[in-house]
Amino acid sequence: MKKWKCTVCEYIYNPELGDPDGGIEPGTPFEELPDDWVCPQCGVGKDLFEELD
Amino acid sequence: MGKVELKDGVYWVGAVDWNVRDFHGYTTPRGTSYNAYLVVDEKVALVDTVKPHFAEDMLERISEIVNPKDVDYVISNHVEKDHSGSIKEVMRLAKNAKVVATERGKAGLTRYYKGNWPFITVKTGDRIKLGEKILEFIETPMLHWPDSMFTYVRKDRLLLPNDAFGQHIAASKRFDDEVENVMDEAAKYYANILMPFAPLILKKIQEIQTMELAIDMIGPRHGVIWRSEPEKIIEAYVKWSKGVAKQKALIIYDTMWGSTEMIAKAILKGIINEGVEAKLFRLRNSDQTEILKEILDAKAVLVGSPTLNNGMFPSVSGFLTYMKGLRPKGKIGAAFGSYGWGKGAVKAVKEELEKTGVKMLEADLEFQYVPDEDEIKRCIQFGKELTGKIREEVYP
Repeated sequence: MKKWKCTVCEYIYNPELGDPDGGIEPGTPFEELPDDWVCPQCGVGKDLFEELD
Repeated sequence: MGKVELKDGVYWVGAVDWNVRDFHGYTTPRGTSYNAYLVVDEKVALVDTVKPHFAEDMLERISEIVNPKDVDYVISNHVEKDHSGSIKEVMRLAKNAKVVATERGKAGLTRYYKGNWPFITVKTGDRIKLGEKILEFIETPMLHWPDSMFTYVRKDRLLLPNDAFGQHIAASKRFDDEVENVMDEAAKYYANILMPFAPLILKKIQEIQTMELAIDMIGPRHGVIWRSEPEKIIEAYVKWSKGVAKQKALIIYDTMWGSTEMIAKAILKGIINEGVEAKLFRLRNSDQTEILKEILDAKAVLVGSPTLNNGMFPSVSGFLTYMKGLRPKGKIGAAFGSYGWGKGAVKAVKEELEKTGVKMLEADLEFQYVPDEDEIKRCIQFGKELTGKIREEVYP
């Protein structure tokens, strides 16, 4: 599972950790995050994230 | 100068800061204003407050209209202290008021002020009815902080977008058609504050267009209110966010014993000889805020530095750090410079300039001690060839 980076604030979404405060279970791949999920750090949408190698 | 009525029952009650010249590092030769707005109907809402120490100015203006204790809602569009800085004073007087903010706004205000205030948290589309007037909210995360939002007064077709569309101008008049050179300050403000968020701005403008919010006045938090043609500033934001540039080059450098300056001026000569617009800035004599404004519509950005202790000159490094954070779009550029015994500056400038997002051109413009006649010719030739590339990419 790949990590994704917020292009606005550089927060990194790590699928192994998920986003428990945002209701996302550990082990959730980025692609399976709900459409209305937002960056936990700055609040922008999923479309502003980029995949990390 | 007292209150100013924007619309029937909507007033400017902010403060003018004539003497500020350094706004967290942003130079403000024309001062600025902190615009707070009072919306009066059966209920009374204050939209944003003013910077600390300006609370009295604001409260005096509010008192010309209503007793400040009768404010029902304090709308906090943005947590930054120039807008929220007088919220404590307002809440102390307005004992029944509620603070309206986004969830992140509430969290930020609580961190800043530790106030135990009643909050109403709002999301995009939420409304508060004041009477005939209804306030509607639009979340705008990262325009320009996570907490930011816009307030829209539907009946009056008035958008209060906080720091978007602002300009640092202090004036005795409040409207765009009453003050000179507003667009220039708006461009400077965009370049120095909002440029990193260009993709978000384009999306948000699109979203507002689909919400069909008719807008015939825009009241930003700094500077004058856009009433003559509010669509002009929206169009300008779209253009700037798309990175639309002119056929224009900037040469930005510093120099110790004049060699890097000789290179800079030779390149400038090559560009100007071809009839392309160019500007030259020596960093220690220049205003960084102004340079960023110039970068906004330039196609080419050339940066030069002498080598000092194996690296680039500190003023150049400071400038590139600032520029990198602002993420200019669609530029081409190159590095140049000089050295005494060991090189270092040009490589360092090249690496940093590339990180700002500039597409780097091939250039061999690093000379020992003082550039000789042939080397100066190479610089002029580089400037000439650069104009060809600028013309290829930017059509007049």
